[in-house]
Amino acid sequence: MTLSPIFAAARRHPQLAAGLIVVFVVLAFGPVGTLFVDTDLARVGSAEPNLSPSLEHLLGTDAAGRDLLAVMVAGTPLTLRVGFLAGAVGLGIGIILGFLAGYFGGLVDTLIRGAADVLLTVPGLLFLVVLATSLRTAVTVDMMALVVASLAWMLPTRTIRSQVLSMRERAYVQVARLSGMKDLEIIARELLPNLLPYLAASFVSAVGAAVLASIGLEALGLGPQNEPTLGMTIYWALYYTSLLRGMWWWWAPPIAMIVLIFIGLFLVSMGLDRIANPRIWKVSS
Amino acid sequence: MSLNYVFRRFGVFLLIVWAGATINFLMPRMAPVNPIRERLLQAVSFGGAGKTDMEAVVATYEARFGLDQPLWKQYLRYLGDVARLDFGVSIANFPSRASDIIMRALPWTLGLLTTATLIAFALGTVLGALLAWPRSPGALHYFAAPFLALSAIPYYLLGLVLVFLLGFTLRAFPLGGGFTLGTLPGPTLAFAIDVIYHSIVPALSIVLSSVGFWALSMRGMMVTVQGEDYVNYAEARGLKSREIFFRYALRNALLPQTTALALAMGYVVSGAVLVEVVFAYPGVGTVLYRAVQTFDYFVIYGVVLMVILAIAVVTLILDLVYPLLDPRIAYRR
Repeated sequence: MTLSPIFAAARRHPQLAAGLIVVFVVLAFGPVGTLFVDTDLARVGSAEPNLSPSLEHLLGTDAAGRDLLAVMVAGTPLTLRVGFLAGAVGLGIGIILGFLAGYFGGLVDTLIRGAADVLLTVPGLLFLVVLATSLRTAVTVDMMALVVASLAWMLPTRTIRSQVLSMRERAYVQVARLSGMKDLEIIARELLPNLLPYLAASFVSAVGAAVLASIGLEALGLGPQNEPTLGMTIYWALYYTSLLRGMWWWWAPPIAMIVLIFIGLFLVSMGLDRIANPRIWKVSS
Repeated sequence: MSLNYVFRRFGVFLLIVWAGATINFLMPRMAPVNPIRERLLQAVSFGGAGKTDMEAVVATYEARFGLDQPLWKQYLRYLGDVARLDFGVSIANFPSRASDIIMRALPWTLGLLTTATLIAFALGTVLGALLAWPRSPGALHYFAAPFLALSAIPYYLLGLVLVFLLGFTLRAFPLGGGFTLGTLPGPTLAFAIDVIYHSIVPALSIVLSSVGFWALSMRGMMVTVQGEDYVNYAEARGLKSREIFFRYALRNALLPQTTALALAMGYVVSGAVLVEVVFAYPGVGTVLYRAVQTFDYFVIYGVVLMVILAIAVVTLILDLVYPLLDPRIAYRR
């Protein structure tokens, strides 16, 4: 009985519900997987190399003797960690800059908007390549997230800025200002709560962009060399020409998992978008 | 189009290129150990052919980088080099210049990328416009669904799957490369066919995974346009539905869609770079991949700057064409 409001909400927002289920499954894959699979098998040389899938190794092993099911169980949470960490940092910076630019305007606005616009037109992946090669030390998963986050703030900044800009002139903000509220109080009590759907949508797309960027960097060989993240698994699969050797069980599982992550995030952001911008979806659906 | 607009837009172009160059300049200098110097010394200690030349490179580099000159002087000199597209020499393939390596690869990337992006943009725009039109057949939505799902997949991952299906399993297409090894590149018909044959699967992976993106974007623009007063007025005047679709809705929605193309260039190029890696396509993406493997810094920075420059040029052209399509833009601030 208590679940019925949830079902009703799911029926009203089928995309959001489907997306959340997919994201939840991906999130749970790692923790649940460790109950059944020994992640020590994700280390190099822990099994016989180049085995095709069998009962003993459900997804086979790669050329360096890693059990690929164990790699997936250990690697999926690492990739998600990079995505969520970088997405959160990017959104945090985006909220601060977006509010500064949108609420206070003037020179601050010009500078922030200019920086965001210039950086947006530049291919982010290539900047990250420069950053990552300049570091030239063993990258950890968390460092990876920070590298990616350094270019994850522009879109949230722009979205939030334009929303704040239009909200600033609404009647309820004027009333709050006339009744003597301080700027910070107006931002925290009037603007932020109204922005929540936008913030949620921004966060989801920031996470997706961060996962995409981190996998791109890793596919070029610029990821954590000793961690079995999904992107590094693809890198090793390409590096050892798994494609020409017909070892589909090496590259297919990480791709399937990445596709699942993207489809889940995509559905969630579409669902949130419908809540945040009902007008765009009014016609034909 | 006012001259003021052209100048302002050109200023933005210079700003973008300058910002890219400056970040390239500052990044290695902010690292605790100068990575370029380390790599050069390493190349010298490996010795082999051209060792003395390599030492000369280190000496030149240190003279430019070292502390014997103030930072602003090094910076000005660097900007001068960039303006002449002089990125230095390749460390891994020593005597070759970084700019030569990049210039040899650039036509491949430009050819593949422009063709694939234009096809995807055209198909996606038409599909998106039809999706937003109330009179298009309902079956269209089922037709469009797979493309929307594919748009959630990065180009190069779809590329991997396509190589496996079309190249490895069906053996209908080559597994990679830009042309058959052993053939002589030249302006012959046979070579042109060979090049096209090799680029079909890479292009297909870019097209398939970006059609959905353009369709979704165009659909959004169309829905907005259809809510406008002039569309209602056209309907009230009793114009034919097809005429409203083409002359009132589609034409006006195309404008913001063109802006979206300019904005997405960075994303498109980043994706295409990785597609080339998957297909070992002889473009700048593969050059970058090899350079990253060998920490060939001058080539890495050269590729990054060239791509930034190329994108800046494309957006500049799009922005200068834009006021011709939409006269309102040039007068608005």
